[in-house]
Amino acid sequence: MSATTDTNLETNGAEGTGHSQEYLTFVLADESYGIDILKVQEIRGYDAVTKIANTPEFIKGVVNLRGLIVPIVDLRIKFGLGNVVYDDFTVVIILNLNGRVVGIVVDGVSDVMNLNGNQVRTVPDIVSSIDTKYITGLATVEDKMFILVDIEQLMTSDEMALMDSAVVH
Amino acid sequence: MTIDMSQFYEVFFDESEELLAEAERLLLGINIENPDSEDLNAIFRAAHSIKGGAATFGFMDMTEITHVLENLLDKIRKNEMALTAEHVDAFLAAKDVLKMELDGHRLATAVDLEQVADVKMTLKSLSEAGGVEIKPAPVATPEPEVVVAPVVEAPVAAAPEPAAQVEGGIQIFNIALPEITEKDLANLQEELGLLGEVASSKQENGRYVFTLTTDSSQSDIISICSFILDPNDLVITLNAPAVTSATASAAPVATAVPAADPGYGLFSEEVKSTPTAPVVEESNSDSKVKIHEEVGYGLFTKPGEEAVEEGYGFFAPFAPHKDAVKTELIGDDTPVTAEAKAATAEVAASKPVTPAAATENKTPARRETDKAPAASAETSSIRVGVEKVDQLINLVGELVITQAMIEQRVSKLDPINNENLINSVSQLTRNTRDLQESVMSIRMMPMDFVFSRFPRMVRDLAAKLGKKVEFVTVGATTELDKGLIERIVDPLTHLVRNSVDHGVESPEKRKATGKPETGKLTLSAAHKGGSIVIEVTDDGAGLNRDKLLAKASANGLQVSESMSDTEVFNLIFAPGFSTAEVVTDVSGRGVGMDVVKRNITSMGGTVEIRSALGYGTTISIALPLTLAILDGMSVSLGESLYVIPLNLIVETMQPKMEDIKTVTNEGLMIHVRGEYLPIIPLYALFKQETEIMHPTEGVLIIIEAEGKKAALFVDALVGQQQVVIKSLETNFKKIQGVSGATIMGDGSVALILDVPTVIKMGQCNLKEGVYS
Repeated sequence: MSATTDTNLETNGAEGTGHSQEYLTFVLADESYGIDILKVQEIRGYDAVTKIANTPEFIKGVVNLRGLIVPIVDLRIKFGLGNVVYDDFTVVIILNLNGRVVGIVVDGVSDVMNLNGNQVRTVPDIVSSIDTKYITGLATVEDKMFILVDIEQLMTSDEMALMDSAVVH
Repeated sequence: MTIDMSQFYEVFFDESEELLAEAERLLLGINIENPDSEDLNAIFRAAHSIKGGAATFGFMDMTEITHVLENLLDKIRKNEMALTAEHVDAFLAAKDVLKMELDGHRLATAVDLEQVADVKMTLKSLSEAGGVEIKPAPVATPEPEVVVAPVVEAPVAAAPEPAAQVEGGIQIFNIALPEITEKDLANLQEELGLLGEVASSKQENGRYVFTLTTDSSQSDIISICSFILDPNDLVITLNAPAVTSATASAAPVATAVPAADPGYGLFSEEVKSTPTAPVVEESNSDSKVKIHEEVGYGLFTKPGEEAVEEGYGFFAPFAPHKDAVKTELIGDDTPVTAEAKAATAEVAASKPVTPAAATENKTPARRETDKAPAASAETSSIRVGVEKVDQLINLVGELVITQAMIEQRVSKLDPINNENLINSVSQLTRNTRDLQESVMSIRMMPMDFVFSRFPRMVRDLAAKLGKKVEFVTVGATTELDKGLIERIVDPLTHLVRNSVDHGVESPEKRKATGKPETGKLTLSAAHKGGSIVIEVTDDGAGLNRDKLLAKASANGLQVSESMSDTEVFNLIFAPGFSTAEVVTDVSGRGVGMDVVKRNITSMGGTVEIRSALGYGTTISIALPLTLAILDGMSVSLGESLYVIPLNLIVETMQPKMEDIKTVTNEGLMIHVRGEYLPIIPLYALFKQETEIMHPTEGVLIIIEAEGKKAALFVDALVGQQQVVIKSLETNFKKIQGVSGATIMGDGSVALILDVPTVIKMGQCNLKEGVYS
């Protein structure tokens, strides 16, 4: 993203009335996604991951994050998007979801943007690889659509098999 | 500077619990015919300290029990009454009630009031049954109460019942406060409100005076006030309508002495308190009583260390004070106080010599010893929250990992050019190890912590079941991680109960089989390699193999005559399995043993049963020393590393082709020393890619858990090392076959195998034919 977009976004944010929220946006193939920035702990490169047996393919394994054992989920595999390669440019967003630390692999992190309520549209009934209940809305900024994801709900869902409840289920 | 009383509750609860446990230990060990006076004193002190604490915090129910308990104990330790088994039982019952009340306050659990009343009655009747109740000598029998001080009970013979402090009666105190902030004032009023009705009024000089209507004693008021302000700045006067005549006057003085808490006296400054006398005058007209109180406190208000060293020397000048009081009665208030002050000063200067003073001195001396255990315990140990220790352990764990990383990186450097660095790093390694060991030892607690609760339980159980059991503990000083100590209590309780109930036979039965009537139950703990082994041994009937097998087949379990003894004995761990013919409230319901097994397994431990019919049973629990660190063998599989707990590894080997056997060309087995063990290929189990596909190319690790052995097939052994266990569940979830993870020297994550589950998974896998 260029600096111009950035300024535009800020003006957009300032103009808006109502509730505004900051989002971290990232790219998966041609789609742009936005997640609540308060859930993001840090962004780092992709390290050697210790594979874990008998887990879904999108759970890449666990890494050592300064002494914490953190599971890594490849959203590209989960969403069936993007180019699943691991190199020096692969980005991991470390999320802190209510004390639980989880990493997600994405194609690239693009920006931080401020969106207010009237920029966000509801999601129509569509079929996608993730349940639409985890999509809080769609935002349009400069003719570009951002898919806003409730990342906490998504990551803690049974679908992601990241929690113990998923096993029970 | 308000201090919330509740923040001290925990300390009181902890301390009381320790004291109760100590008292129980002493009671159980006491020789009834010839009790050791030291023990009696120690029990008395425990009861006394609890009473003091309970009164301070306003737990009156506990105070009441400890009070009667104390009275009885006092008689016994003074040889006014002989100790009987009945007494010991009553004391133990009292201890239980106190514990119940303590839990009631602490955990808000239910308190059986009937039981409380029963125990109180028993203690009281025992106390009265004591025959000759010697009226103690006036001063020589000091009332031991410190805080609660229902002064009336102080047997000050010289005095008629001190009218000022009627037993249980409602009294009105006037409390003149120094200048304090509005906030403190409100807090104080609230605190005092717990004692009774409080009314506050503002004086002309801007100070406040509280009028407190309460049945609590003055020292209670002081105790409460002292949390908010300096008690010396307080002027408490009794607005007692009960004081009838000046003849009673000697009494209040006498009582005032023991009533006041020397603990507070220590902080007092006489100089301060004396000038407050005029204030009193302003605020209260009932001058006589007031002054007695004043003087009473004056006695204690000697500042400083001198007084402490002399064992509260200020008690000594009893006679001079009396004089002072007398003078005061005739004369003006102020001079009297001054005189009292002079007298105190005098005493402080010269050591007490009069016999009266000497005897009186015993009171504070004993009080001091009362406090001694707490004080000395404080100097030799500190109370630290477990979470703080855990945090420390975690940090040290991180340090160990970092240190390992540095070490690994340094090892790649040129040893000649970097000699100094390498030396420093090796020093760091040593220091880190030492640090780690020291930190781990913080969490270590002696097994005595667990063992100490069993003598009582065994005693009660044996009595209930009409059995005679001698209980022996061995290795109570063996140390174990606190986390494990707490979790081992329940399983051990089950096992000990079982041993008493099912293991040890009735005296008649024992006699018939030629055994001594008294059965022996041994609880032992010992270090064995990297684990601690706890054993419950009884010399009872032993497990009956045939009966177990019959019961098992009746319960629909798969059994056969050819099962080994170990396998048969392990049947008792099956849920709902009990061979007891009669279900008692002690045991025999068949719940329990499976829970025992589960608990111990979840701690990373193992249970083993050894038994000989007619000779007894030993249940042996092996636990890792700590939960945080594990001695492991790291093995490689493809690109990954796995850690196997060392204590579960029997041996490792590189198999020969001819030792590897198959069944229907599928189930791989290895023939080791006459045994056929299933081979579990880890790569198949964990779906890991590796180039080594045949056992002869890799390494077989014979693992054993829950009595089952298997050969785990991995690529290669990497090395033996201590690893810090990290939970996978913190951020992720439980993975089958993996008990946790650890961080290796290079920063990568290695999974720790859950050996029992791996063996089970391996069996499923083999059955399903995953490996082919």
